[in-house]
This record gives sequence, structure tokens and C-alpha cells, in this order.
Amino acid sequence: MVARGRAGAYHTLTVAAPEIAAAARAGQFVGVLVGTDRSFLLRRAFSVHAADPAVGTVGVVFDVVGPGTRALAAVRPGEAVDVLGPLGRPFAPPAPSGNGGGPPACLLVGGGYGTAPLFLLAGELRARGCPVDVLIGASTAARLLQPEGCALLGRSLTATTDDGSAGRRGVVTDPMPELLALAGTEQVYACGPMPMLAAVSRTAALAGVACQVAVEERMACGTGICFSCVVPVRDGHGDGRMARSCVEGPVFDGAAVAWTELGLAPAPTRAGEQAP
Amino acid sequence: MTRAAPAPGAGAMPGPDLSIDLCGVPLATPVLAASGCFGFGREMVGFLDLREVGAVVTKSVSLEPRRGRPTPRMAETPSGMLNAIGLQNPGVEAFCATDLPFLAEAGARVAASVVGRSADEFARVAARLAREDAVDLIEVNLSCPNVEHRGEVFATDPAAAAAVVRAVKAATGQPVLAKLTADVTDVVTVARAVVEAGADGLTLINTLLGMAVDVHRRRPLLAAGTGGLSGPAIRPVAVRCTWQVAAALPGVPIVGTGGILTGEDAAEFLLVGARAVAVGTASFVDPRAAVEVAHGLAAYLATQGVASVAGLPTLFRPER
Repeated sequence: MVARGRAGAYHTLTVAAPEIAAAARAGQFVGVLVGTDRSFLLRRAFSVHAADPAVGTVGVVFDVVGPGTRALAAVRPGEAVDVLGPLGRPFAPPAPSGNGGGPPACLLVGGGYGTAPLFLLAGELRARGCPVDVLIGASTAARLLQPEGCALLGRSLTATTDDGSAGRRGVVTDPMPELLALAGTEQVYACGPMPMLAAVSRTAALAGVACQVAVEERMACGTGICFSCVVPVRDGHGDGRMARSCVEGPVFDGAAVAWTELGLAPAPTRAGEQAP
Repeated sequence: MTRAAPAPGAGAMPGPDLSIDLCGVPLATPVLAASGCFGFGREMVGFLDLREVGAVVTKSVSLEPRRGRPTPRMAETPSGMLNAIGLQNPGVEAFCATDLPFLAEAGARVAASVVGRSADEFARVAARLAREDAVDLIEVNLSCPNVEHRGEVFATDPAAAAAVVRAVKAATGQPVLAKLTADVTDVVTVARAVVEAGADGLTLINTLLGMAVDVHRRRPLLAAGTGGLSGPAIRPVAVRCTWQVAAALPGVPIVGTGGILTGEDAAEFLLVGARAVAVGTASFVDPRAAVEVAHGLAAYLATQGVASVAGLPTLFRPER
């Protein structure tokens, strides 16, 4: 482990992992072990927040939600941390623009620490020449992930908080329709709590804009063998099936996820909420 | 079974002889990949050579596809985890069409895990698998706790368990392992009943029925409420069951499973009388676990001066 830090309410962890740093794409994740005695048995899945192939480091962001992440937040630089990855399928490039053939404009939507993979994604999209707009939301200002960094990811940044302590009071789907229209957005990318992803997917669909979401579902292995992290998806034949978010995702077409089966009524919800 | 044991892969280390015979099937190592903890092997080939795994016990296969339980299906617990997957699988026909050829192509020894809601359903799945040369063994999953009715946990009732085993044995020529639960008053009674019904061997144990509660939100951590507890937390229970059954039914091959993370963990089971072991939850933590445990077991045997894994049970000193 190279460095540990804070980002508002969250913790950051940077590890030396040259192979992962070279291979990681936005939307992929790593599995991090806590401690060595396996009393915390399983890997924690964190999406890749930063990957520097030149230096060989990988960074993740996490929230202390229980004893495992509390122990991870106490790891000191120099201590070994076992990291497996990169795992999962990354965000796909946007479809070619239907608007004269130029690179399509993309809106990146992040909720809480779910904003983490958007940093790599913005870099990948800018390299393609895509205009990038960023929209982040959280319950409070401290739970917006690195808003100063987000401001540098694209040509605009919009922030919302439930309590109005930063940006606009409200949730990300409040300003989203206006942003989509103003920016001529052709592709939405979103990562955050499941209720937010359901709402963002619906808002994008209503605007006729494609939407990819990186889901968060509780995971044991991260490699496709445990079948814990499934998400109900429709394959176009109407009949749903359970897709493993670790190998078929975590990135899904927002329109293919059967949100109502997850108990997520297709209506805007609060950005900072934890997935059920 | 006339096939030779698969050649150990390039990564196999010299040293003690790990090869065993499990119900007439020669295995390169006594370390199997446990059912439900290795998928159908496909995801693992990026991490290891399936020929280096003693045998791949597949995720349980039912007659019809099963969708499984809603999420959350998993919760970590101290030194363990709960799961309530609900036997999600593509059904026996899809398994035979896509998964089994893949395993055969990869050179894996295959123990197909079979599940059903009735003895007849078990038998129909087994009869379908009987036609497949790539299936070396059948494991009868009598003990998955994640079913709709406790009556489907056949291994809680000696007569019900025996009826399933009898039906499966009548349907297939492959050797049959019966996988039992420790969630009973006396595991030996159930073990004896399934062996008398024709089981060629036993797998001990399945996950233990457990539950964990999110006290802040005042609800179960799993969508299904209860789930199966696995991992090192249950290893002493699994070793105890292996010991009791091995003592009561000498000569019946036992696959010991429950919380094995290392070669020394595996040795616990072998010392008390298991013929083989299966690595389960460990594969979630380290995809190479089934191979690494075999390497660790070889290293352990070397420290004990034991030339062959088959000799290990004779060295156990139960009196302390």
C-alpha cells in the first residue's frame, strides 16, 4: 500500500499494482482483502478510481460502513494489501454520433462514492474527443466525491445535495433533463446507489438518450463463481434472467435492468441513499 | 472407470504422491473444487489449469432452469459468509450442451452435482447425466438449505435421503456421492441410511443454516432471511462430522468440506478419515485456492515425512 487519504467523508487507498494499473478500464473494479488472518473472509469490491500505468499505482475510494472497511481505513503505508483485478466489464464507448458524425457528447452522473469510476471514464472519453459534462449528487457536501477534481473532468460540473449544503438542493435527476437538452447529450454514464441508477436510467430513457450504469450489488467472489451479485435483466425477449454483475457487469444498459423487480419504482429518488 | 488420472499440469510440484482413488475414479489430487463455489469451471480457467484440480464439483444442476433468490444473496460473517443463492442454474440440458463439453475440453475431472424437489426429479437429472462420458461422478445435493421448504433438505431425514439415493443409483452407472448436512441430531444415522441405499461415497458437509440481522435497519441481511453458513467458521463442525462418520462407516470414501483455506486445513479432514477434500468458499477469496491447497498439502506431507496422501489417516492419533 502506497498511500491512504481522505476525500470528504470517504477514504482513499492507493496501492502499487502495475499490472492492474496498466490494464484497468473505467467501470472495472478490484477485490481488496482486509487483513491476513481471514477473519474478514471476503474481498471488498471497489471500482477503480485512479490508475496510473506510468507509476504502476491503482486507487480506490471507500466509505466506512462496517468493521471490514474500518480495518481497511487503518492500514498503513508499507503494509501489504492483497488486490485482485481488474475485474468486470468496463463502460463501453459511446455509439457513434447520430449528429453529423462528430464525437458524441456524454453526461457522467455520479452518486456519492459512486462518482469514483467517472474519473477514469472522463479521461477515456476526452481522449476520444467527446464533450463531457459531469453531474454529481450526494446527501451532503462531505459526501460529494472530490467536487474540485470533478470540475476538471469536463466542460461543466453540476452538483446536487439533498440538504443543499453544496450545489443545488435536490437529487441528480432534477437538473438532468435540462442538462441533456442543453448539452445535446447522446450518451449517459452513471454510477451510484441502485435507486439513483434506476432514476437516472428512466430520465435518460424519457429523453431518448442511451444510458450505461455501473451497478452496486453485494458480491462474494468478483470472478463469476458465487452468483451472489446478480441483477435482473431483460434480454429483449421479455423474460428476465439474473445476470452476474461481476462478469456480465458491473456496467449494464440502463434500459435492460429490470428495476421494478428490485423494488425500485421508476421514479426519481435521493442520490445519497444506500442501495437496499 | 478406465480413464487414467489426468496428467498433473506444468505447475505441479515434485514430492509426496497426492493421487487418490475416489469411488473408482483416479484423481491427480485429493483437493476438489466444491459445488456452488466454482461455477461450471469456465470463469476459473484464467486463473488455473482445471487438470490441476482433483475434480470440479459443478454448481448443482436441476431438471429445469432455476432463477434463484432475490438479492442480497450474500452477507459476510465472522470468518465466514452466509449465502442464499437459491440454486440458480441453467438446467441439465443446457449444462450438457454447453458447460459439460467445456469442462471435458479443459481436461477436468467432473463430479456433476444434482438437485431436485423430489426423488423422481433427482433421478431424471441423473439419468440424463448417465449418458455423458464426461461426468465421472454424481454428487447428490441432499442438503442445500436455500430451498423453499425444509422438506426439500432431504438429508435431514434418513428415509427421505435414502429414497433419493436409491432413485439416483437406479438411474445412473456413475459412482454416487451423497452430500449431507450437519444440521441434524446424528449425522451418522443419515450417512448410514444413504450408504445402505447405495451411495458409493459421502460429501460432508453442506453449509449450515444461519441468519444475520442488520440491527440498524432491523431486518435480515439476506433477502431470503436465512442462508447457508460457510467458510472457516464451520470447519470444526465439518471435521467433527467427518470424524464421526469415518469412525462409524470405515471404508466409505468421504469428501470432507467446510472452511478449508490451506493445505493444513485439508490435512485435518484427511487425518480424521476423509479420502478427499473440497475447497469451497476459499475459491471466492483466491480463485487459485483449489490448486494452492493441494500445493500446501504436499508441503505439509513433506514436513510429516509422509510419502503418499493415502497414508495420512493411518497416522492419526485420536487419543491425543
